Amino acid sequence: MPAFVGLWCVAALLGIAAAGVILGRWSWSWAPIYFASLVVSLAGLAAAFWHLWAGLPPETLSLPVGLPGVGSKFRLDALAAFFLLVANLGGAMASLYALGYGRHETSQLRVLPFYPAYLAGMNLVVLSDDAVSFLIAWEFMSLSSWALVVSNHRAPENIRAGYVYLLMASIGTLTLVLAFGVLAGVTGDYSFAAMRAQHPDAVAAGLVFLLVLAGAGSKAGLVPLHIWLPLAHPAAPSHVSALMSGVMTKIAIYGFIRIVFDLLGGPAWWWSLIVLGIGGATAVLGVLYALMQQDLKRLLAYSTVENIGIVFIGLGLGLAFRASNMAVPAALAITAALLHVFNHMLFKSLLFFGAGAVVTATGERNMENLGGLIHRLPRTAVAFLIGCAAVSALPPLNGFVSEWLTFQAILIGPELPQWGLRFIIPAVGAMLALSAALAAACFVKAYGIAFLGRPRSPAAEAARETDVFSLAAMFILAALCFAAGILPGAAIDFIAPVVQGLAGARLPVQIGQAWTSIVPIASSRSSYNGLVILSFLLASGVITALVVHRFATRATRRSDIWDCGYPDATPAAQYSGSSFAMPIRRVFGTTMFHVRETIDMPRPGETRAGHFHVKVTDPAWRWFYGPAARAVLRASAALNWLQFLTIRRYLTLVFATLVLLLMVVAAWR
Amino acid sequence: MHNINFDVAHLLAGSILALSFVLLYQHRITSMLNVFALQAIALSLSVAWQAYIQEAPHLLVTAGIALAVKGIVIPTALHRIVRRLGIHRQIEEVIGAGPTMLTGLGLVALSILLVLPAGQTVSLLAREDLAFALAVILLGLLTMITRHNAVTQIIGFMSLENGLVLAATGAKGMPLVVEISVAFSVLIAFSVFGIFVFRIRERFDTVDIGALDQFRGERRDQT
Amino acid sequence: MNLAMIWELAAQALQMLLVLALAPLVLGVTRKIKARLLRRIGPPTWQPYIDIWKLLHKEAVLAHNASWLYRVTPYLLFATTWVAAALVPTYAINLMFSWSADLIAIVALLATGRFALALAGMDVGTAFGGIGSSREMMIASLAEPAMLLVVFSVALIAGTTQLSTMASIFINGSVGLRVSLGLALFAFVFVAIAENARIPVDNPATHLELTMVHEAMVLEYSGRHLAMIEAAAALKLTLYFSLLACLFVPFGMATGDKNIDSVLIGLMTYLAKILVLAVLLPIGETSVAKMRVFRYPIFLGSAFAAAALAVFLLFVSRSL
Repeated sequence: MPAFVGLWCVAALLGIAAAGVILGRWSWSWAPIYFASLVVSLAGLAAAFWHLWAGLPPETLSLPVGLPGVGSKFRLDALAAFFLLVANLGGAMASLYALGYGRHETSQLRVLPFYPAYLAGMNLVVLSDDAVSFLIAWEFMSLSSWALVVSNHRAPENIRAGYVYLLMASIGTLTLVLAFGVLAGVTGDYSFAAMRAQHPDAVAAGLVFLLVLAGAGSKAGLVPLHIWLPLAHPAAPSHVSALMSGVMTKIAIYGFIRIVFDLLGGPAWWWSLIVLGIGGATAVLGVLYALMQQDLKRLLAYSTVENIGIVFIGLGLGLAFRASNMAVPAALAITAALLHVFNHMLFKSLLFFGAGAVVTATGERNMENLGGLIHRLPRTAVAFLIGCAAVSALPPLNGFVSEWLTFQAILIGPELPQWGLRFIIPAVGAMLALSAALAAACFVKAYGIAFLGRPRSPAAEAARETDVFSLAAMFILAALCFAAGILPGAAIDFIAPVVQGLAGARLPVQIGQAWTSIVPIASSRSSYNGLVILSFLLASGVITALVVHRFATRATRRSDIWDCGYPDATPAAQYSGSSFAMPIRRVFGTTMFHVRETIDMPRPGETRAGHFHVKVTDPAWRWFYGPAARAVLRASAALNWLQFLTIRRYLTLVFATLVLLLMVVAAWR
Repeated sequence: MHNINFDVAHLLAGSILALSFVLLYQHRITSMLNVFALQAIALSLSVAWQAYIQEAPHLLVTAGIALAVKGIVIPTALHRIVRRLGIHRQIEEVIGAGPTMLTGLGLVALSILLVLPAGQTVSLLAREDLAFALAVILLGLLTMITRHNAVTQIIGFMSLENGLVLAATGAKGMPLVVEISVAFSVLIAFSVFGIFVFRIRERFDTVDIGALDQFRGERRDQT
Repeated sequence: MNLAMIWELAAQALQMLLVLALAPLVLGVTRKIKARLLRRIGPPTWQPYIDIWKLLHKEAVLAHNASWLYRVTPYLLFATTWVAAALVPTYAINLMFSWSADLIAIVALLATGRFALALAGMDVGTAFGGIGSSREMMIASLAEPAMLLVVFSVALIAGTTQLSTMASIFINGSVGLRVSLGLALFAFVFVAIAENARIPVDNPATHLELTMVHEAMVLEYSGRHLAMIEAAAALKLTLYFSLLACLFVPFGMATGDKNIDSVLIGLMTYLAKILVLAVLLPIGETSVAKMRVFRYPIFLGSAFAAAALAVFLLFVSRSL
């Protein structure tokens, strides 16, 4: 029954998209479209929640649409239900936010038809049960989000972002097509059930794994395939950015999990080596890139890259434990990864909504022109603060729970028999610790420069609070962040069926542990209780404040800041974003990013302005894409002569290819 | 399960390894000499402990030589020479402490990967000791590679040699270790002094002490 | 609520109040020994109590544009540091709420406090606050990974991240003297110096902008807010001392059931350990000079490398 509801939601969203085409000409059209999307997403959310809550068995549906004679198959099992829940919760929140934000869009016709189509595509990917419908839905998702990325076509960098996005998405889909081709094998049956029944040999399985890692990984944002993400995510409108960062990357992770954990059967241990290495590198590089940014939305996009790295570290550990038949540690690692998927959707959507509110209120995306917004946008500031604290993995919020579980999984690492893994897992643990610390620094910078201090531009001084729908969406997400942090046991038990299917075991039942703690393996080994910690914090803080106010004093006086005797320091004397990041840039940036800082100071007596220039080179462009692009251009220039052949020569080429293929067939026999 | 003798041996070997790491990121020549002296003292303690648990009293002689020559004599002599030549204020241009230390960690990983899985016939203790010693040798080589100054390169070489002595004393039954240690130390001492003699020669075109006195005024201006 | 439960609750409450009462004394002893080593007489040992008392009764002066975050942070910082300090076993293990936060959670609680303080430093919009916050986050980005790796190494040796279980395993003595413990101790000492803003990383007694890190963040605070922050700093130092005592020299703590004798022995040994550490700290501080800011990465990087080496050795061998 929930699968049926899920497909009806997809159909409804496509209908809303069509309505968007018709209604898009009128300026009030955003309200009904987004409201309808909200309702449909909530319906999908309820269906997925019901499937997981009631523990329903997997359901399949076949529709006669699609390839003639084959049709298309759809399936809703625990894994699909979890990702459907994530996608629809994100979609519902984005639609709620857009009810307030949507009025600022200049040309509604460029956004409204594609937004419900995008939601439909994401839902359809999760529900697909055969390769053809999966790929069609995947491409549909990519194309509708591309249209949303270039919706603000006046800015040239958005067009460039769209171009790079389309390129990387095409490469990703190509690798997925090849992977499905290998998986289908000789039979040519593209349904997932048939692929599950086939057991490819080690070489084929390894090839499929690498292709899927490249394809799904590029959509998720793994280094070095991440370059489109920080260009495309900021270019789209804010509710779409939240969907792209919070939900679409998770759909890519769903694709990876479905193919590698489910369709391929038992993993080989060296797969986890690659996933762990790439995950660790992605986590560290993502957050270091984020620290170098001045654009608020680009900083959030790079932080998405970091969190995807953390999820892949959990998945890599899951693969490692499964390859050695250690079911309970695998369950721990996969639980950590899935919880982080959910948590990241929550707080990244919250952060992008806040960034959207800031951009609408001030017109500025550059943090160097913001400041003091905590006074102008007080409620947005509270919600954004909760988002920043959650992404920095601070207890008692939810980001800490998934990181804690990942650390616990890493600590089981020494029991693995393979030497290669025993070398890489401590390195990955160190990288995870480093990325957690750097993420806190990054979000102190983001919040401190944008919201605190004094306003650095007239636009920041004149900002006004955003509307009630945006605030509602933000506060609902903030409340969910708290809930997931205080009651993680409920979340762990809720996703236990998913974990059981992927790892072959589940964690001990968490509901019913003393005082709502979570005990992943055994209580003698480790336990954590968010609720007790929060209560302790509140109690000690409040009691201390009361005691101090009652028995000491509560007198306050307002006065000027300490200015070292130089009165009237302008707001430009404050720290800016790049100056805040300067120590970290010096420490980590000189080696990783070839950071070059040049200072041009006018001599005493000159009245011109001084200049400070920071040049940051992205190593992925320099070492990977630059040479690749140059090679492609060189090859195409060399092959240009093929354009100018005579007809006889073309015929010779066709004849030669045909003969060659016939010879191959003969030799194959 | 945990034999206190082996634990102390590992602790001392580990401290030699840690001091090799510390040697990697030193910027100034004087601090490098101090760390090297500390490493030599740790080496002599380790060899003395090995003498105790292996009941091989000739190793005590090696320990004494390491302490006397490499722990006291060579560092003090180098300190004096460095100060007199005025290069004690030079700051070494190293290829960034961060990448150097990461490479050092990688080299430790490599040496463990090479030694620890090798064969169950050798006892675990001996394998771990050998892994530490190999790591110290590799780190000594890394120290030599990342330096421009001749004095610091020699210090790197001598710390490499500490690793060799550690490996030799860890395995039982090496009676020639004493003689080899003496020979090595004297060799190093002579090469160090030789280099400085040549350097003085090329700077002042003479090693005649009387002639050097005339240049003292100029040297003070230069530094 | 039977008698056993009341006894447990009292034991936990005793630990909470013990660390709170002891923290300014630790600071006072440190300052006194340091003054004596510098051939000064120095303030009386109980001066920090008097300072906090005085500050609590003073009016708090706030900048015109200070926000609610600025006013809440001192209490939040104090609460996180106090809760973290109360969860580290001092005189007894397996107290009533010791299972709610393991060592990783304690490190993360301190990170929460630091997050709030760094934001408060940026709230007023002065250059000093910015200096303090940015340098503090740089130190944190190097010290916290090193601390987490130290946590990993002791957790791998003990097989658990719970502090009480770790302490009981180490008290048994079955662990022995291990290389990785030595490396972890080395790394822990460096990290503790960096996190508590002591020389050679930061000077707690300076107010020159070139040399401040922690003091720069709290420069604008006054009155009861400053009292809370000072108390939190003293609590943090006591927490790190307790952690060092619990992880590396846990002997004397009351394990098993808590009768009067074992509690008293536990208290005495705890006080002795804390005092010894409070004397060793100024001896170390007066023998080195403060480092340049851009030498911190090397200092903390060597702690990180030592801890990483310890974790790595534990991954590849069971006896190292």
